[in-house]
Amino acid sequence: MDVVLFLVFAAIAVVCAISVVVQTHPIFSALSLIGVMGSLAVLYLMLGAEFIAAAQVIVYAGAIMVLFVFVIMLLNAGSEPPRGRSLVAQVLGFPLLVALLGALAYGVGRVLPESPAVVFGGFRGGGPREIGLALFTDYLLPFEIISVLVLIAILGAVVLARKELP
Amino acid sequence: MSEFFILSAIKAAGVAFVLLTTLAYLQWVERKVIAHIQGRLGPHRVGPHGLLQPLADVIKLITKEDLMPPQANRFVFLLAPFLAVSMALLAFAVIPFGGQIELFGRTTWLQLADLNIGVLFILAAGSMGVYGIALAGWASNNKYSLLGGLRSSAQMISYELPLVLAVVSPLLLANTLSLREITLAQAGFYFGFLPRWHIFQAPLPQILSFLIFLIAAFAETNRVPFDLPEAENELVAGFHTEYSSMKFASFFMAEYANMITACSLTTVLFLGGWQAPVPAPLAGYLPSALFFLAGAVALSHGLRPARRFDRITLPVAALFFFGVAAALLVPGARPFHSLFWFAAKTGLLLFVFIWVRGTLPRFRYDQLMHFAWKALFPVAIVNLLATGLAAALT
Repeated sequence: MDVVLFLVFAAIAVVCAISVVVQTHPIFSALSLIGVMGSLAVLYLMLGAEFIAAAQVIVYAGAIMVLFVFVIMLLNAGSEPPRGRSLVAQVLGFPLLVALLGALAYGVGRVLPESPAVVFGGFRGGGPREIGLALFTDYLLPFEIISVLVLIAILGAVVLARKELP
Repeated sequence: MSEFFILSAIKAAGVAFVLLTTLAYLQWVERKVIAHIQGRLGPHRVGPHGLLQPLADVIKLITKEDLMPPQANRFVFLLAPFLAVSMALLAFAVIPFGGQIELFGRTTWLQLADLNIGVLFILAAGSMGVYGIALAGWASNNKYSLLGGLRSSAQMISYELPLVLAVVSPLLLANTLSLREITLAQAGFYFGFLPRWHIFQAPLPQILSFLIFLIAAFAETNRVPFDLPEAENELVAGFHTEYSSMKFASFFMAEYANMITACSLTTVLFLGGWQAPVPAPLAGYLPSALFFLAGAVALSHGLRPARRFDRITLPVAALFFFGVAAALLVPGARPFHSLFWFAAKTGLLLFVFIWVRGTLPRFRYDQLMHFAWKALFPVAIVNLLATGLAAALT
């Protein structure tokens, strides 16, 4: 059951991810990205990280992608016709992609230590309580630094959006 | 394991049936209440007191011609109403609408699923529901629809912030995200009579969080005075201008389902969920007394009929109310009192939603945004800080 669900949602994630790149209309790219994030949330959920799954849907699929879709709708962007690719891209594109993926897989296999197989639902640190404890004890400093960074970004947005004074 | 699945399937079917029936009849109640506010009668031709009107509406909507605008994007045009209605119905799955009952010899909770992230689940479903409306506006290829969809998504994003900030206060008091545990945390009474509901808890009795939440919920469900996305005098019908037949009905259902979910969530977070508002010995008789009172009112109106058929229909209604009052007194019906209290509180809030629609005019668009960002949002932050401080000190 778990394996079947994993394969289904992993396949949806990959297909949607490819679709993000392949689509010519920006709104379909955005919809595909929502699909990727939704299926990633399901994968988190199957591993036992409920809070992260909910945050993934609320923050990424909900808030951020709504802004993307909003801007695309506001600008009324149409589909872009595919432009002709250069000869180098046509000939070398696919072999280079395969080489890159192979190198990545090899590198990950070398660098990361041997770990026991992933167990569905075996992760026990995904509840709101555990995540809150981790954020406010072990990772307090990084958390505060990120808060300041976000504050700076908000201030920057306010400065940029401010009306020009005469 | 299979017993669990069967029990869940039975509960899900029951909840779906009740929810969809309530959706249809909420429309009847709304039309009746609005009509009486405006000094009219409302629907009264189809069945006694127009009680069969929802059925007639459903038949009308199913048999209407299903139009597809020629330049519309077919896939997204079909996806949008599906998204809207499925996300609206999905959110109800985590609402606890009663205590424990015996069903086929096993105890079960009157709730479909008690997630330890229940509140977040509802927020997630709500934030996905925005896409239904935004995409409907875009896919219709109509300027009014597009403007309605844009307005709606901007409004929902803006009001989501005060909504979430107001939700955090009861979570801090109850110390959990599970809706069942939030309800259980509100059991008991102060001084023996004041229920320990979150709305009555310090600091500044949480009525402020309750009001912020309610106002934001009005905006999230696109109800008057925040129904800018479908302002008919500027935008025809907003995002659903091009929709007809069952696709239009889906948006309609989504709006009413969102309303029911918002009211249920308010009940659970602030009004003690299915907990009775009075202490134990009295709580056993109050539901029956209320139904008896309703029956008496119906009977007295039936004896002095204002219209011809009232002398038949109102006594029948009175008999029904007396029957329910008697049934609730049976000791075996005690577990269903929790269901009654939940329905009563949610129904009261739904009435407030309808009452506001009959009373208030619509905001202007800039007023709407100013109100969200310059009034509601700062108040929600101050309220959250005060609640956090109080929760940390106690």
